[in-house]
Amino acid sequence: MGGLLTVRDLTLRFSTDEGLITAVDGVSFDLEPGEVLGLVGESGSGKSVTAKSLMRLNSGNARYGPESRMHLHLDGEDIDILALQGARAMRKVRGDIISMIFQEPMASFAPAISIGAQMVEMLQLHRGLSRKEAKRRSVEMLERVGISEAARRFDQYAFELSGGMRQRAMIAMALSTRPRLLIADEPTTALDVTIQAQVIDLMKDLVREFGMAIIFITHDLGVIAQTADRVAVMYLGNIVEKGPVADVIRRAGHPYTRGLISALPKLDDLDSPLMPVPGDIPSPLERPSGCVFHTRCPVAEARCRTVIPETRQLRSGHRAACHLNAADEVAL
Amino acid sequence: MTDVAVAIRDLEVHYPLGRRLFGTAPVLRAVAGVTLDIPRGAFFGLVGESGSGKTTLGRAALGVAPVSVGQIRVTDSQGEVFDVARLDRETERRFRRRAQLIFQDPYTALSPRMTVRDIIAEPLELMKLCKTRDEANARVREIAAKCRLNVEYLRRFPHAFSGGQRQRISIARALVTNPDFIVADESVAALDVSIQADILNLLKQLQRDLGLTFLFISHDLSVVAHTCDHVAVMYLGRIVETAPPRRLFATPRHPYTRALISAIPSLDPENRARAERLTGEIPSPVNPPSGCTFHTRCPMARDRCRVEAPQLRVMADGHLAACHFSEELAPPGTTEPRSSQGAQ
Repeated sequence: MGGLLTVRDLTLRFSTDEGLITAVDGVSFDLEPGEVLGLVGESGSGKSVTAKSLMRLNSGNARYGPESRMHLHLDGEDIDILALQGARAMRKVRGDIISMIFQEPMASFAPAISIGAQMVEMLQLHRGLSRKEAKRRSVEMLERVGISEAARRFDQYAFELSGGMRQRAMIAMALSTRPRLLIADEPTTALDVTIQAQVIDLMKDLVREFGMAIIFITHDLGVIAQTADRVAVMYLGNIVEKGPVADVIRRAGHPYTRGLISALPKLDDLDSPLMPVPGDIPSPLERPSGCVFHTRCPVAEARCRTVIPETRQLRSGHRAACHLNAADEVAL
Repeated sequence: MTDVAVAIRDLEVHYPLGRRLFGTAPVLRAVAGVTLDIPRGAFFGLVGESGSGKTTLGRAALGVAPVSVGQIRVTDSQGEVFDVARLDRETERRFRRRAQLIFQDPYTALSPRMTVRDIIAEPLELMKLCKTRDEANARVREIAAKCRLNVEYLRRFPHAFSGGQRQRISIARALVTNPDFIVADESVAALDVSIQADILNLLKQLQRDLGLTFLFISHDLSVVAHTCDHVAVMYLGRIVETAPPRRLFATPRHPYTRALISAIPSLDPENRARAERLTGEIPSPVNPPSGCTFHTRCPMARDRCRVEAPQLRVMADGHLAACHFSEELAPPGTTEPRSSQGAQ
């Protein structure tokens, strides 16, 4: 397979005072070069933890399950992410091949170091460029993401930029090293809709231009519909559904996905009531037995409380983990 | 004549920025001349980007932002009229009972050291509205039930609760004094979509059951469209358009409203058009553009817009908009020839 990334049976637990907390439970997915994968779910669904584990950025109390496999395939080279030892080796996944942009750019820039100095450091560290060359490349990237007077902004600090500008600078920094995979963790959630639309457009242009793959994490299915090729829906550490974005949104196979869609306010139908997904996401300390969604599922049956559902293929490339699909969806 | 709960006239809120030895210090005009009527029992939406002055307007309506010019009159359901900018201590106490705020972030709005019961009961105790503890407890239980909070939760601390439950606690606290005017400032912005719908439905139900008047501040037009019966759009301290949501969405009469609508990400993956993106960001309110303050980002700005500030005027279909060229605006979704794309 010519894929860029393979993740198999990723299980991640955190050991805490209250016991082992399962954050990710047997997650598998692939990513092709240049593909945009959307990762959706509520807070606490494990989407950020999954993405961070690709860069081994989870805290010291993270325990990976023995069967977890994460491999990057690059130009004939195979990198076993979980086998990386030491900071120097880990630089490969922390900036060389994978870059990350965060929800709150104010928190990701060091406040007392100019934006330019941070960009230069990144390029020196990961690409071995000279200071002068790194500066040239940084200013060029700032211009590319639509920051006016880039040479002046280069010497400014994060607090001097507006929220939208900061997010653009963050994207410029993440992409300056030309990563093969970009992890975008809720990059537009803190922005106004108008600025969000600009940042989404920019990211789409950059994907086309640089050809990198993106894992786009968000709780907003609208943003996913606008950006992603494929989508994976997460709930309590499981991927409950994944498939091509249009197919998942139009013919969702999992009741949780359907719930997320009907909870969204729809502009073309102002009369339709907003339907919340009932209840709250359970505490990871009290993972439900059987299907993890059964406590909130409107169509749960007796077997959902005891039997863990298999992931079934619904249509080409579209899979969901629900007992009821076997009868319901295949009949379509 | 309809019963007006909140009447705002020519409101200006200015914040001076520092002091100058010579000349006048720069002033930030957060609200720059707003006239607005909120009918009793309305769910009135106020939308705009960050920096548009919507939060300041909401705070001014509660008497917690300094009113520089203009007047705010809140009439409660018993007919008492409060001149919010000029409250003396005694009337202010009565006003605080009648008007309340629900905050954005349920994680920071609740004290981690107080039980849920104490959080909800605090306004009652501060305002000495209950004679005995039993009376306060009864009131807390009553309002908690209305906000669909389990009575068992009252003895716990807020850290044990999820975002949605915390927001229900905040709502109960705001409603415990039996107010009739509520300002809800981005009250669902911090919540997941799945929970957001639940809180919006709850607010609507409480509004109907208790006859509340809501000023619902949000940056999310799709949320406002679904919950509010009136919408006002703010830009740089001014109201640029106001209409019932259906009409606002079908035929926006201000290019800013039109741009806000087109920026909402569509759930249809086939519809990835980007014809109508607003370029640039909201200018600083310290030094707003001349004429129509929107002209720097407006796709249809002409010479007149740079010099002459448009007034809110009544459109043919009855809604108000402040644009010289409202009549030329096409409905959203139809593409107008546009040159600019992407960022500035």
